[in-house]
Amino acid sequence: MKLLGYKRENGKYGIRNHLIILPTSICSSETATKISSQVEGSVALPHQHGCCQMGEDYKQTLRTLIGLGANPNVGAVLVVGLGCEGIRPNEVAEEIKKTGKPVEVITIQECKGTLKTMEKGIRIARTMAQELSMQSKVEFDMSELLLATECGGSDPTSGIAANPAIGVAVDMVIAAGGSAILSETTELIGAEHLLIKRTANEETSQKLLKIVNITEQRAINMGTDIRGSQPTPGNIEGGLTTIEEKSLGCIYKAGSAIIQEVIDYGVAPSKKGLSVMDTPGEDIDSITGMLAGGCQIVVFTTGRGTPTGSPIAPVIKITGNSTTYNNMIDNIDLNAGKVIDEDVSLEAMGKEIFDEIVKVSNGKLTKAEILGHREFGIFRIGPTF
Amino acid sequence: MKNKALIANTKDNVATAIKDIFKGELIKIELSDKIYSIEILKDIKFGHKFSLEDIKAGEDVIKYGEVIGGASEDIKKGTHVHIHNVESKRGRGDLKK
Repeated sequence: MKLLGYKRENGKYGIRNHLIILPTSICSSETATKISSQVEGSVALPHQHGCCQMGEDYKQTLRTLIGLGANPNVGAVLVVGLGCEGIRPNEVAEEIKKTGKPVEVITIQECKGTLKTMEKGIRIARTMAQELSMQSKVEFDMSELLLATECGGSDPTSGIAANPAIGVAVDMVIAAGGSAILSETTELIGAEHLLIKRTANEETSQKLLKIVNITEQRAINMGTDIRGSQPTPGNIEGGLTTIEEKSLGCIYKAGSAIIQEVIDYGVAPSKKGLSVMDTPGEDIDSITGMLAGGCQIVVFTTGRGTPTGSPIAPVIKITGNSTTYNNMIDNIDLNAGKVIDEDVSLEAMGKEIFDEIVKVSNGKLTKAEILGHREFGIFRIGPTF
Repeated sequence: MKNKALIANTKDNVATAIKDIFKGELIKIELSDKIYSIEILKDIKFGHKFSLEDIKAGEDVIKYGEVIGGASEDIKKGTHVHIHNVESKRGRGDLKK
């Protein structure tokens, strides 16, 4: 199956051609946003992290920022640092440069203040934007596509209609040579025993059980019943009673393929096919981790309705609840509620989703893209000091 | 007549309403070769569950053919099954000693 996209220097393909202004810390995020506001079409990735972090939490934030810059949908990167932060701007720039794409780095302290940083940054970004605008799309094979799957604001229709339909589409992507990621470790609690029956090897099964156990322990250590956090109040109002029930409905997104490996947050899969990434159930942090792992496109199911998009990849929003679709038609792309209301088969709905994945990969904008939804968050696993 | 509820798996002891269902309605659901006929004892909102049989306190609540929790009190056939009468078995930091 052939798609149209942008060939990168390292041989990967993107389905968008973003210029990103990447702050290495919270301290340079305002300035990065201001630079981006002056360069049409550029995207800033402001965040609240990047300093006074330690250990695995520090490493995770570092590799996430690098991974976002390296994502194949990104054509060029301007790294903006304060200069003294824990995440070193030059290190982030050097690592992203290994992909071969244009990368520049500036810091507020070296430039001597934000106004001079903005002046320098806008000029650099202007040149990058013009170069990117001359890049043409080329044909590439679906085997180069990595699909992120996500569910958010779930209700019982997610497990009955939307997620199984995604699963059909994921199976079709993988059959065409592409790859996909199942994530949200919290939403594997109660269903992990089913997933370990379909892994490539014992090591993968053990790692899957380990990440579920660590997440559950983290919840138990909080000293309260996880219910109310997961499932959320909205999930509960919609009819989901326990995390087990939610998880059993969530795993349908993964279709029927064998799980090839279990990867850490923000890490790129090393194998084609289906992998599981250790991300939280919170949608935005979860999507960000998969983007850092190289996903070019996101399929996102919702029961209650959510407008979430992402800054560097299109998010296709699908609901299994026809009332939600009609209420939030401004934000939701496809209605899988037809499976419940109109006896449309899961196979037919899955095909419709697959066709939309192809159209969006080839350039069709999703509603989240058109409305400028760039929700972005980095998952933290340690405190700030 | 369109179904008003779905059963995900033949092992399930709950069904999920796909329309609002009201107290007193008689719901018929066909699954494989079995026909369930359930008198609804409490209003069940779209997306919510009702029991297909009497479930005793402590017994498993089954959906998708898997355990989704345990009954925290006796549940009569045809009543609403949700957080007021079902406990999760996972993530229970409130039970930590």
